[in-house]
Amino acid sequence: GHLNHSIFWHNLSPYGGGEPSGALAELIKRDFGSFENFNTYMATTTVAIQGSGWGWLGYNKTTKSLNIAACGNQDPLEPTTGLVPLLGIDVWEHAYYIQYKNVRADYVKNIWNIVNWKDVSQRF
Amino acid sequence: MFANIARVLAQSSKKSLPLVRSKHSLPDLPYDFNALEPVISAEIMQVHHQKHHATYVNNLNVAEEKLFEAKQRGSVSDQIALTSALKFNGGGHINHSIFWTILCKDGTSEPEGELAEAIKRDFGSYQRMVDLLVATSTGIQGSGWGWLGYNKQLNRLDIVACANQDPLQATTGLHPLFGIDVWEHAYYLQYKNARPDYVKSIFKIANWRKVEELFGKARHD
Repeated sequence: GHLNHSIFWHNLSPYGGGEPSGALAELIKRDFGSFENFNTYMATTTVAIQGSGWGWLGYNKTTKSLNIAACGNQDPLEPTTGLVPLLGIDVWEHAYYIQYKNVRADYVKNIWNIVNWKDVSQRF
Repeated sequence: MFANIARVLAQSSKKSLPLVRSKHSLPDLPYDFNALEPVISAEIMQVHHQKHHATYVNNLNVAEEKLFEAKQRGSVSDQIALTSALKFNGGGHINHSIFWTILCKDGTSEPEGELAEAIKRDFGSYQRMVDLLVATSTGIQGSGWGWLGYNKQLNRLDIVACANQDPLQATTGLHPLFGIDVWEHAYYLQYKNARPDYVKSIFKIANWRKVEELFGKARHD
């Protein structure tokens, strides 16, 4: 929980949104086809998590590629899967319920407007 | 969907297929949304019933339809791929259908009769059972349910936690008697992160008459 949230606060920014640039953008294009495809895939995976958990964009150091992964509860990405965490989306109900109630999909759709791609690129 | 039913009807005279595949529906609450206040707010009851439970019902129907089609096509792989959706949505429907009935306005007096005797025998006292169920439910990591259940083979009550929407009887064999939903959606609008307050308060609206009925059925059926 501590690891995940410590990353999360930095993954977001009031000046966030838009798309990544540079090496990260190129790898997203290579591994997902396009930013839109990546976006859709990560959103779908994250919304579909049963119960509490996190959707992640992670970096696979072995294959040198990007992966999307879902973790249950507060399972931390790197110790659990080996992927280096780049961008996480918290879908525990506490992350969105007071504002979005049951409509997790809207929260996940809107969060792209505050993603801090500078931070994500730095991690990459 | 209707094309499928038409096809089934047309075939039924030639093969022994089920005529109609019935769909699950959202059960009505046995009380108004505000009946469980101040323990559970009307707002929570409305969203919990009309959105969360309704979604489990809808998605269960979708999963069962896909399962039927996969079976018709003879695809074992596709059937297996659906088991997660069946367990999650089916469990959600089962769990919430029980939950609405074991709560009631202002609660009831403590358990009586056979159930009271069993609680005393298996936990020492009603209060000790409550303490254990509170601790178990509060301690669940993530989403899940705390359950008082009945082990028919050992003729013994037990308290266990189930994760997510895992249905008690299907996953543990225990007959469900009294369950506490500790998914955040069950309490967050009112209690925020104070899950212990919600769990302790829920005993004020426990419908022990219904739980006694469930216990009787589990014991004697």
